[in-house]
Amino acid sequence: MPDQLLFAIEVTLNGLMAGVLYALVALGFVLIFKASGIFNYAQGVMALFAALTLVGIMEGQVPFEHLINVVFGTNIHGFGWEVPALLAILLTMVVMIAFAWAVNWIVLRHLVNQEPIILFMATIGLAYFLEGLGDMMWGSDIKTLDVGLPEGINIWVDETTFELFGYGFFIDNLDIAATLIAAVLVTVLVAFSQYTKHGRALRAVADDHQAALSVGISLNFIWVLVWSIAGFVALVAGIMWGAKSGVQFSLSLIALKALPVLMLGGFTSIPGAIVGGLIIGVGEKLFEFLLGPALGGATENWFAYVLALIFLVFRPQGLFGEKIIERV
Amino acid sequence: MVKDAADPIVTADGRTIGDVLMDMRGITLRFGGVEAIKDISFDIREGEIRAIIGPNGAGKSSMLNVISGFYVPQEGEVWFRGEKRPPMKPYQVARQGIARTFQNIALFGGMSVLDNVMTGRLTHMDSSLLSQAIWWGRAQKEEVENRAKVERIIDFLEIQHIRKTPVARLPYGLKKRVELARALAAEPKLLLLDEPMAGMNVEEKEDMSRFILDVNDEFGTTIALIEHDMGVVMDLSDRVVVMDYGRKIGDGTPDEVRGNQEVIDAYLGVAHD
Ligand SMILES: Nc1ncnc2c1ncn2[C@@H]1O[C@H](COP(=O)(O)OP(=O)(O)OP(=O)(O)O)[C@@H](O)[C@H]1O
Ligand SMILES: [Mg+2]
Repeated sequence: MPDQLLFAIEVTLNGLMAGVLYALVALGFVLIFKASGIFNYAQGVMALFAALTLVGIMEGQVPFEHLINVVFGTNIHGFGWEVPALLAILLTMVVMIAFAWAVNWIVLRHLVNQEPIILFMATIGLAYFLEGLGDMMWGSDIKTLDVGLPEGINIWVDETTFELFGYGFFIDNLDIAATLIAAVLVTVLVAFSQYTKHGRALRAVADDHQAALSVGISLNFIWVLVWSIAGFVALVAGIMWGAKSGVQFSLSLIALKALPVLMLGGFTSIPGAIVGGLIIGVGEKLFEFLLGPALGGATENWFAYVLALIFLVFRPQGLFGEKIIERV
Repeated sequence: MVKDAADPIVTADGRTIGDVLMDMRGITLRFGGVEAIKDISFDIREGEIRAIIGPNGAGKSSMLNVISGFYVPQEGEVWFRGEKRPPMKPYQVARQGIARTFQNIALFGGMSVLDNVMTGRLTHMDSSLLSQAIWWGRAQKEEVENRAKVERIIDFLEIQHIRKTPVARLPYGLKKRVELARALAAEPKLLLLDEPMAGMNVEEKEDMSRFILDVNDEFGTTIALIEHDMGVVMDLSDRVVVMDYGRKIGDGTPDEVRGNQEVIDAYLGVAHD
């Protein structure tokens, strides 16, 4: 096999793995959008916040340490303990559920039946609030996150491909782990929404609020539920990306990659989010590989958005969305 | 003539109607300056079919919306099963055992008929989110039991052939029937139907009438329904409330309201002053 083709396959594999994670994050958006018509701009910052909280808990940081020290003239530096990763993840999840609950009871409850743009603006406000809160609670320095996921080149893949093609693929163990976990979660989310009564209630709310109320579904409960799921997804994404490149502000931007994924897949389509995620993941890696050098590199920053833009022109309803024909 | 609430009521076909199930007392509902309901009182008794009739814009749907919690009246009290009902959200009312259909059909268009009707069982499925995740088996059992009930209702309303069809694809008449099925799936104590036969052809109307009577007969479900077709109302209902411009202008058996001069005037469109 020619080298170029082998490289391309390797790049595609890496793209697919990135894509599964995009798909997972996009699902977080889709669930909230379906259930409440809100495009949650804060999803990216939620991933950052979740990762910050996780690191903070694991390292035994005292929340609002700096603030407390300034106000009370104390000199606290951490609890002096470390929390095991698994327990810290559970605690972080509790924080994310509390956040979901607070968002609904403090903000969104008052905005029911408002225009989508108003709700969208509210989530922008939320994003910046959460960014500030994260800094205040845990400090704004870049942190490393290590929850014990395997890292480094996967020897088995490297050796096997070397024997087969004479060229060893470089696939990171962390990517493999992330892909597996994301794939499992995507499957669980889909199964949840299709085969459980809460999933059915969720789909019902997505379809018709009045009708959902009439069969005894509490909209608030469903909204807290979808925001909790989004928080969970954010946590997972935060762990994966945080483990890879440190917990820092740019993490919130990676999660916004879900935006072009949604334009491709349609904002309300679960299969769309999955396929869209894979297309963006593979597309941006292959594009960088093929044309990056000629275009001066760093195409991954913009490729997804441009692809989505081009796609929008031809199919505004997304891959799986239904064609909208205005009645006249 | 309006019956005294304490009297036992004997219907035209000789049945005695039960105790007061729902009692609306002095309900007034305003939308800004518009008074959609003006100080109306009436009751719904166990086991009866209670019709609410009146010209367009009389406030019938508004009354149903008050009963089901979608509208909150400015004045008046709602008594259900002998207790004064505190202000409640529609989903809480539903959990009390009051199911409804809508004048403009509100179904879950993207879901299959079966799934739509299954949502009607939600008030009876009480395993929590956590226990569902932990005891997957028990959640499955609950699902299967409720599924069986739903299948019976689907058979009862003769919609087996469309069980798996997404509701959005169904013709109007069948949608109305699916909506009834979903409401029935809740095994409600009180069933509210807002114009269940509007827009149907004669044959569909006959089917629907038969279903409503059967539901009332076989399950003893109390039904309050809004209907424009006077023939249907006279056939189906035990007692009738007549509304006009937000006021109650008649209350009694079909024969009684038919003879009421004010009702006749309202229906013949005698000019209001
Ligand atoms: N949500 C609302 N906001 C403002 N006004 C309303 C609302 N719902 C009903 N109304 C007004 O209340 C009055 C009664 O309306 P309602 O729908 O209850 O009448 P109806 O008897 O059901 O009529 P129809 O036979 O046409 O269905 C009308 O004047 C209507 O415009
Ligand atoms: Mg009406």
